Amino acid sequence: MYGNADPLPEDFIQNKNAPTDDPIKLGEFEARIDRGEKIEPHDWMPADYRKQLIRMIEQHAHSEIMGALPEGTWITRAPGFKRKLALIAKVQDEVGHGHLLYSAAETLDKSREAMINDLLNGKSKYSNIFNYPAKTWADVTVIGFLVDAAAIVNQVINSKGSYGPYCRALERICYEESFHLKQGHDAFITLATGTKAQRDMVQEALNRWYIPLIHFFGPSDKDSVHSQKLMKWRVKLATNDFMRNQFLDQYIPKIYDLDLTLPDPNLKKNLETGYWEFSDPDWSEFKRVINGDGPCNAERIAVRHYAEEHGRWVRKALMKPTEKATLPFA
Amino acid sequence: MIPLKSPILDPRIKRVDVEQTFNKTVVNENENWFSWEVFHQKKRGDQHIHVGIVHAPDEQLALLFAKEQYGRRLLCANIWVVKSSDIFTFSYDDQDMFDNATAPEKQYRDASGFKVMEKINRYKKLKKEKSGTH
Repeated sequence: MYGNADPLPEDFIQNKNAPTDDPIKLGEFEARIDRGEKIEPHDWMPADYRKQLIRMIEQHAHSEIMGALPEGTWITRAPGFKRKLALIAKVQDEVGHGHLLYSAAETLDKSREAMINDLLNGKSKYSNIFNYPAKTWADVTVIGFLVDAAAIVNQVINSKGSYGPYCRALERICYEESFHLKQGHDAFITLATGTKAQRDMVQEALNRWYIPLIHFFGPSDKDSVHSQKLMKWRVKLATNDFMRNQFLDQYIPKIYDLDLTLPDPNLKKNLETGYWEFSDPDWSEFKRVINGDGPCNAERIAVRHYAEEHGRWVRKALMKPTEKATLPFA
Repeated sequence: MIPLKSPILDPRIKRVDVEQTFNKTVVNENENWFSWEVFHQKKRGDQHIHVGIVHAPDEQLALLFAKEQYGRRLLCANIWVVKSSDIFTFSYDDQDMFDNATAPEKQYRDASGFKVMEKINRYKKLKKEKSGTH
């Protein structure tokens, strides 16, 4: 699961501190991407391409690991044996996705340990949506259905990017996510077609997750800085608004089908533009949560610290002092 | 210490006493061991195909992690793991040395380089013309 990348750093946008790349090599690199070929780990690449990809894949990896936390909490209380098994499988998948993505990022020359450290010390971000709590079982069904659906929209688009290892990881991830979406949708429908208490519970969860879901793809194109360069290099393949609209277009009808509502009177599709319109979702909250002040940020990071500290003795016991870490090959 | 917000909404937090923990955790380089390339064979008789990597301290754990990561869905008959550092390769910069393999002037060693039907048809046509004149 993955959503909004946080806004690009200032120095990237203003092209400050950007090392000057060899123009001939840059030309060959861009021609390769224009021909639709993938870039592989040992190829020459512009410093900014490497930097932005590490940042993006690393954040994606962190999001998978952090995304397992709100759901993992519910394994012991999932209603029924089948739901419990499905949730265990899903949480295992999410952590597996984290591993796949850390490996893809590692091929760009940043170690997994360095990435984990940047998560622990707050230097590196993860998807905002995982800083919200799963208060009831209905929240878990909304996460499984809609958060995973949003992540799939994002990931299917990104899997057409230019960096080989990232695309290969995403293809594998998208296959598993299709099960996440289906089991989430199934659990969601069960509540939505159940007793009044169940329907109320799922409606309340929808109301809670509506704003985080609108935030999921990041600020509107009007307010977010585009990087033509990243589009040209096929690091970013679609704008935030385009992806958000694709998600709304596909999934709002599935919510309305069950006679559930979304808590925004202004939410409607503009038939002329083909775009869904909605009330301003308070982007200052989005920025606040990204910068660490969401309902669960401190807890999420604390759990990671706990896990690293308490797992250390196992890792150390198995270390081979003569062996050196190596970068993955592909 | 990271200040935790109250009320704590994640019930697991109450079970593990995270307040007792740390905010200066640093994972040391090499602590996540080193990487292994994983090759997956879908069914007996197929080739093993590279599918990704795992981190592990030795081959036994590498196989175990590879099974969890790459063998828990869909068909799998067998898995190989190889240390990433034991893989040797050409550079993509030298890719042009393979151009030869598909070059048109090398058609003489490919089935497509021999047009037998053309010759047979020409022969048959000639034969037909000859028999027509008699």
